[in-house]
Amino acid sequence: MSVLADFYAQHSQLIDQIGVNATLALSLSVSLQAGQLALAQAAFMGIAAYVSAILAMNAHWPLLAAIVTAVLASTLVAALLAYPIRRLRGIFLAIATIGFGEIVRVFANNLNVTGGAEGLSSIPSDATTGVIYASLAVVALGLLLLSRTKFALAVALVREDEYAARGVGIDVGAIRTLSLALGGAIAGLGGALYAHSSFFITPNDFGFARMEEILVWCVIGGVTSPLGAVLGAALLSILPEVIRFLRDYREVTNGIILLAVILFAPGGLASLWRARRRRAARTRA
Amino acid sequence: MLVLDRVAVRYGGVQALDAVSLTVIPGSVLGLIGPNGAGKTTLVNATTGLTPLAGGTIVLDGRRIDGLTPHRVARAGIARTYQNIRLFGALDVRANLAAGAYTRTQRLDAAAMQALLARAGAGELDLDAPANALPYGDQRRLEIARALAAEPRVLMLDEPAAGMNPAETGRLVDTIRAIAASGIGVLLIEHDMRLVRAACDAVVVLNFGEVIARGTPAHIGRDPVVIEAYLGTGAESLA
Repeated sequence: MSVLADFYAQHSQLIDQIGVNATLALSLSVSLQAGQLALAQAAFMGIAAYVSAILAMNAHWPLLAAIVTAVLASTLVAALLAYPIRRLRGIFLAIATIGFGEIVRVFANNLNVTGGAEGLSSIPSDATTGVIYASLAVVALGLLLLSRTKFALAVALVREDEYAARGVGIDVGAIRTLSLALGGAIAGLGGALYAHSSFFITPNDFGFARMEEILVWCVIGGVTSPLGAVLGAALLSILPEVIRFLRDYREVTNGIILLAVILFAPGGLASLWRARRRRAARTRA
Repeated sequence: MLVLDRVAVRYGGVQALDAVSLTVIPGSVLGLIGPNGAGKTTLVNATTGLTPLAGGTIVLDGRRIDGLTPHRVARAGIARTYQNIRLFGALDVRANLAAGAYTRTQRLDAAAMQALLARAGAGELDLDAPANALPYGDQRRLEIARALAAEPRVLMLDEPAAGMNPAETGRLVDTIRAIAASGIGVLLIEHDMRLVRAACDAVVVLNFGEVIARGTPAHIGRDPVVIEAYLGTGAESLA
């Protein structure tokens, strides 16, 4: 028992980080599953992080109330963003959403309430490991339950063929808006937990580098697999801790791993797992 | 009953459909034929809400459906298949049939799915097989089964026999007749005159976006205007 306690004491920060990162990876996997390369997750995360931090610091709101309000805010922004980008697909959607992320970052950099470029510090660090993993469990359970509904079927059909999806009676615009809003909600939860577990936040925590990082987790895990996204996030969060000398080259390492995955396992970790299961099934038969 | 009244579609300066009127009656098969570029697929796209009308009205069972978005037209009771097959290729047969039944409240069980496949002439298919792994003919039949899963009032088949061999085409006639006999109005777009003769109760002929003839299949095959549109002047008759 004391071994576990020692391990936790040594690595609690990393363990918290993995939980937050897994939540963020799940949020992007939701919009990727609907076939949308919408890369505004870091912005949704940032919006919720600032809302939650400001409510806790300036208005002394309790943790739960601050997080819930922050998640509602990022969900609303995501739902509103769905309207101007409703006709964009593929790379154009990616560019527009990255642009939106920059707008949010620039606002955070220049507003007084966000503390400008210096950001906010002395945020109450009350998002404990328990809170973080309870949140992650709620999100995972929610997505699991959702995967058995008609909504999940509609999401898969929109990803496969929007045109044919309309033909069977699916309101493609509504499905896109809902999946973006759901992704915004989960990213917001990740952002609020990030703010309440890292003491201080700055606009650059929510810039393009963060977005890229979240995307890499999902690609490594397998873009349409939520479990893969979680594994990707965990793996890439642990890697720089295990291989110390890579720490300073974090972004370079991410890039190399991304290239390797795209070249050798385009379906990500999830596809390797599926291929193994298929092979096992064949040998049995 | 589906009633198109003086429907017009323009693509820029091109009059793709000009005052086309036709009626699809429940329980019967209406053939829609014409040379390439006559506007047959445009008519299906206009009816299903994919292409906006420049004029005219479309009424399904007394309710205007022109101007509705494609998913609302589908919900109103019109299902279709596509000239170039549009299955959800990476998904299995089960998911494709569930997709067809998306607007229905009741979920399809395996028995209901096999029944749909049988109605579409596909017989027993592995429900877990990915759609794009099926043989070509089965893909066409799965598309028909997906359309039937919506329990439509009108079914539009856009060249369902394309790529099928004569034996398959023969079975397709029985499939189409049986679908109509179950009370669905069928609009059949087809090039194969033999299929049209065997399957259709009535035929409308389009050329350059206009109706140039209408009548029974036997009558259409002898119409000099139709023969000229298809084969040029001096031809004897259509096979």
